[in-house]
Amino acid sequence: MSTWIDVCDKDEIDEEDVIRFDHDGKSYAIYRSPEDSFHATDGHCTHENVHLADGLVMDDIIECPKHNGRFNYKTGQAKGAPVCVNLKTYAVKVDGGRVFIQVG
Amino acid sequence: MGDKGMVIVGAGEAGVRAAFALRERGYQGTVTLIGDEPHLPYERPPLSKGGEEAETVRAIVANERFAEAGITFLRGHRAISVDPARHALLLEAGETLSYERLLLATGAAPRPFPGIGTSDRIHVLRTVEDASAIRRHMRGDGRLAILGGGFIGLELAAMGRKLGTAVTLFEAQPRVLMRGVPEKLALALQARHAAEGVELLCGVGIETIADGESGVTIGFADGRQIKVDALVVGIGAQPNTRLAAEAGLAIDNGIAVDRHLATSDRHIFAAGDCCSFPVTAYGGRRVRLESWRNAQEQGSVAAANMLGEAASFDAVPWFWSDQYDLTLQVAGLSDGATSTIGRTLSPEAEILFHLDADGRLLAASGLGPGGAVARDIRLAEMLIARGTRPDRAALADPSVKLKSLL
Repeated sequence: MSTWIDVCDKDEIDEEDVIRFDHDGKSYAIYRSPEDSFHATDGHCTHENVHLADGLVMDDIIECPKHNGRFNYKTGQAKGAPVCVNLKTYAVKVDGGRVFIQVG
Repeated sequence: MGDKGMVIVGAGEAGVRAAFALRERGYQGTVTLIGDEPHLPYERPPLSKGGEEAETVRAIVANERFAEAGITFLRGHRAISVDPARHALLLEAGETLSYERLLLATGAAPRPFPGIGTSDRIHVLRTVEDASAIRRHMRGDGRLAILGGGFIGLELAAMGRKLGTAVTLFEAQPRVLMRGVPEKLALALQARHAAEGVELLCGVGIETIADGESGVTIGFADGRQIKVDALVVGIGAQPNTRLAAEAGLAIDNGIAVDRHLATSDRHIFAAGDCCSFPVTAYGGRRVRLESWRNAQEQGSVAAANMLGEAASFDAVPWFWSDQYDLTLQVAGLSDGATSTIGRTLSPEAEILFHLDADGRLLAASGLGPGGAVARDIRLAEMLIARGTRPDRAALADPSVKLKSLL
């Protein structure tokens, strides 16, 4: 059973930025793109246990804050060394000004 | 390219990255990676980085990836000499490898204390074996002494305290991290080490080190002596240049390379801790760096140029150090800075920006818990690379996003 989880008000995430969201023992990274779309991935880099919410969002790329591994946060695709394992992504919807992610 | 193939000496970050980058760029010939240790490539130095108690050694790549990529990995093989005229590398086992292009990624070795080797009680930190030996002392209830307040010494001190060992750290300079880290952040780190119970003694000159079965006796310039159970010497590293020097390549604080990472022989490249290179962003000043990212990026650029490209290595120097829950990150070279601007992100997290007389951003240093300073340091690195003269008030104001200054 998948569930929609209420994350935050959409204005709590700046454009071209990311925040951390923890729910039910798991950590996520929630993104707002420069085109004002919202996206979600696992919170931690697939290369090392570092949270992506401390990283830098540029266009549709999130860069890991430690090793500069890059992922497309819309698709989860790893963009080459040092990261080779894709990030898991989650469905996101905005409803009544609130951001929701679909987990489970 | 002919059928001689690509040969890489040194299976650390730079060498491994280069080997895979050759394949990622579509190179079809043979790729041979030579490591003188019996292990699979691992992140160096083990023990000081990474940090989790159970994890001492972290592999760079899984073994099967060599076969998948068609890379011949010769472990436990020492390279003896290079014959540049014949494009040949001689291995200790007697084998000779011909190369189309050769990459020297031979790394650096710990600088020894004059006249003192290693023993069951005196260690340096570079290899897996070093790390295991040091770790054994950290499990005991004796006192571990560390000579040198550089990154290795401080990261080891933090690890020792995490494992509950008594630690005394000696630094000859008036403070730790004299090279490359601003005083304010170095003192904040010192305070944290003191709070964690590290006995930190700066400005002390060590005259003698005597190894004995019951411990190590350290004699100071003022005549005092102390005895500890074990000692780690962490007083810097020197580049491994023997192969290059004996082959007649230019040496200048490391194997001297140009901005394409080519040595004085155009068929031989060098990357990582072993080489000195001109830094484009600082007027071509020659530096040698010992950092993870430098090794990675130079490995990639060297691979491209071994295949005939003319890629420039123009990255801004950048490194991090983790101690306890704190991360220090530094981007750029602060020499020549005439002013410093602070940005306070939180009571525990601060960035210092270093500017020259024209207001150009030269470097940024940050210290804070976890990833607190990472994003701003990364953005500072981009500002540095672009030669930006950022608004001083904006740098100081944490509510102004650095991204808006790009």
